[in-house]
Amino acid sequence: MNNKKLNLILLGLALVAPLVLYPVFLMKVLCFALFACAFNLLLGFSGLLSFGHAVFLGSGSYITGYLMLSVEGLTPEVAILAGVAVSAAIGFVYGKLAVKREGIYFAMVTLALAQLAFFFYLQAPFTGGEDGIQGIPRGKLFGVIDLSDNLVMYYFVLAVFIGGFALIYRTIHSPFGQVMKAIRENEPRAISLGYKVNQYKLLCFVISATLAGLAGSTKALVFQLASLTDVHWFMSGEVVLMTLLGGMGTIWGPVLGAGTIVTLQNALAAGPLGNYIHVIMGVVFVICVLAFRNGLVGELQKLVKRNF
Amino acid sequence: MNVMRKTLLISAMVAAGTTAQAANVSDDVVKIGVLGDMSGVYADISGQGSVEAVKMAVEDFGGTVLGKKIEVVHADDQNKPDVGSVIARKWVEEENVDVINGAVASSVTGAVTKFMSSKEKITLIAASASHAFTTKACSPFNAHWTYDVVSLANGTVKPMVQSGKKKWFFVTADYAFGHALEKVATGVISNNGGEVVGGVRAPLGTTDFSSYILQAQSSGADVIALANAGTDMVNALKTAAEFGVTDMVDVAGLLVFTPNAQALDPAVAGGMKLTTGFYWDMDDQTREWSKRYMARMDGKIPAMPHAGAYSSTMHYLKAVEAAGTDESKAVMAKMKEMPVEDFFSRNGYLRKDGRMVHDMLQVRIKNADERRDGNDIFAIEQIIPGKDAFLKLEEGGCKFALES
Repeated sequence: MNNKKLNLILLGLALVAPLVLYPVFLMKVLCFALFACAFNLLLGFSGLLSFGHAVFLGSGSYITGYLMLSVEGLTPEVAILAGVAVSAAIGFVYGKLAVKREGIYFAMVTLALAQLAFFFYLQAPFTGGEDGIQGIPRGKLFGVIDLSDNLVMYYFVLAVFIGGFALIYRTIHSPFGQVMKAIRENEPRAISLGYKVNQYKLLCFVISATLAGLAGSTKALVFQLASLTDVHWFMSGEVVLMTLLGGMGTIWGPVLGAGTIVTLQNALAAGPLGNYIHVIMGVVFVICVLAFRNGLVGELQKLVKRNF
Repeated sequence: MNVMRKTLLISAMVAAGTTAQAANVSDDVVKIGVLGDMSGVYADISGQGSVEAVKMAVEDFGGTVLGKKIEVVHADDQNKPDVGSVIARKWVEEENVDVINGAVASSVTGAVTKFMSSKEKITLIAASASHAFTTKACSPFNAHWTYDVVSLANGTVKPMVQSGKKKWFFVTADYAFGHALEKVATGVISNNGGEVVGGVRAPLGTTDFSSYILQAQSSGADVIALANAGTDMVNALKTAAEFGVTDMVDVAGLLVFTPNAQALDPAVAGGMKLTTGFYWDMDDQTREWSKRYMARMDGKIPAMPHAGAYSSTMHYLKAVEAAGTDESKAVMAKMKEMPVEDFFSRNGYLRKDGRMVHDMLQVRIKNADERRDGNDIFAIEQIIPGKDAFLKLEEGGCKFALES
């Protein structure tokens, strides 16, 4: 398989997509794809199941939204960087606490910490509680490019996504990524080889949190809204579903998973099946876990391997 | 590529500009988007019922306006501001929706109205409670129809305080809507010489209210006010009845919709006073409309947001006809100029700040022995004239309305 050619084709498709499809929908897919990729970096390549990743998404979007709305003349890239920095900081603190435990305890610690943050955001005056931060201006990128046009915004989001995705790709294929995989496969062996396992886990956690924050910050600008939905544990569950459906531990899996889930949500919300949206998502999850545990991309790879 | 994108953009803008000028009705169709909670906690008071009510209004209007077809689309906002604003964005940008009717949870309405105003499109708010949309978050494109927290507090709280129930205790839903309702009601209480002796905040979706109710009971209050809605209100009231609290002190539901009242055992809820913008069994006009509605909704009686959805849609269509265009500013000017007089709205008019002022009803939930059948729920005690029920324009602090 020629990877370079495939990547070029995908890039070409992404560039012309907004001429055919609705740009805001595509931006939503890209934001969630980045979020799922960030999550997958942690779950798929280091085997850590965080059940509180929504906090990083939500923190990014709240901070960016708040700054854009309250600071006069702030450019979006600065607001995004601030959101990302806050997410990274929270990621560091949470990661430091969580990596001391493994397996289900790790998941529970992240969930508990995420709930703490959720209630903080619910009560904090700057988030607007249940209403969220509404009417966030998109502003002018570098003070020059007006992002209020959907098409311009789309190419900006695409650039952000490619940047984030490239970073993840680089991380996975670096010596650091190899160590991560080693820890995932056999932690005692990694320890016996002299690796400081917890430090590797923490760094991976922080990178993942940072990129999740980037996704959140971008999302706040796209929808001009930061709300509790972004920090709710439903969101943490949704990203697990996206990653599992697409294929945990594969590069393109989370992108495909996020695309599938967002498309499903979009299609169902408008149709006659709107009332059953949660039921259908549940069924999708059950089928995915029972029938193809490697996810869409994972099964596809297996098929390719077997037949070609 | 930059040059190409620019030319594309410019040509698109030019094309959009010319079509807007050429036809009075944009893209030859008037499209109404009904946005509501179709599957969640507020589905009973909006949902499919609101969609049917809007369709009824379109059919009663004749299906066309200014010779152009009227279309109705609908979607589920799941009570999430992000979902709601995405749908609104898609409707306006992709599907040429001209007006949105509905939006239930105040958080969704806030997000949707902000977006719609930025696109200079009208939102008909038929189900939300918060009074923010005509005060601090007001916009020339908002029309808040059925009721709001101020009219509920004025209708329910004021007469009780004046009749000598001076000490109040709040059981409040712990989110934006509950807080707003509590704040407004507290204002009404202190303005009329009463006092608030305490309060608790219960999370949305609480099922066990016993500790909250016992706190309320031991506070020595004359009235326990329930500043919550839907199943929260039902559960709190049931708990109060089980502890025998309802025999000793008054319980006032600040926001009770007909389906909630219908779901409650008359032995529990009988005698409770509340305020509503509409009751199906008020007179011949309301009964005539409600019968037609029930025929389409498997016999379910309409709640006030359903009647409000019909009334606001009808008024909008009449305004489009009178203005001779579906251009938002011209339509809104007509909507504010024409009186709103139909089965739902009595002595109604749309004020400058977007508040539809109309008579509200103070009702009492009937006891079991008074009821003719399952749909016979309220006894109307008093009609509150619109000018007393709602916040005055000057008090609201809506900037654009005060300046113009």
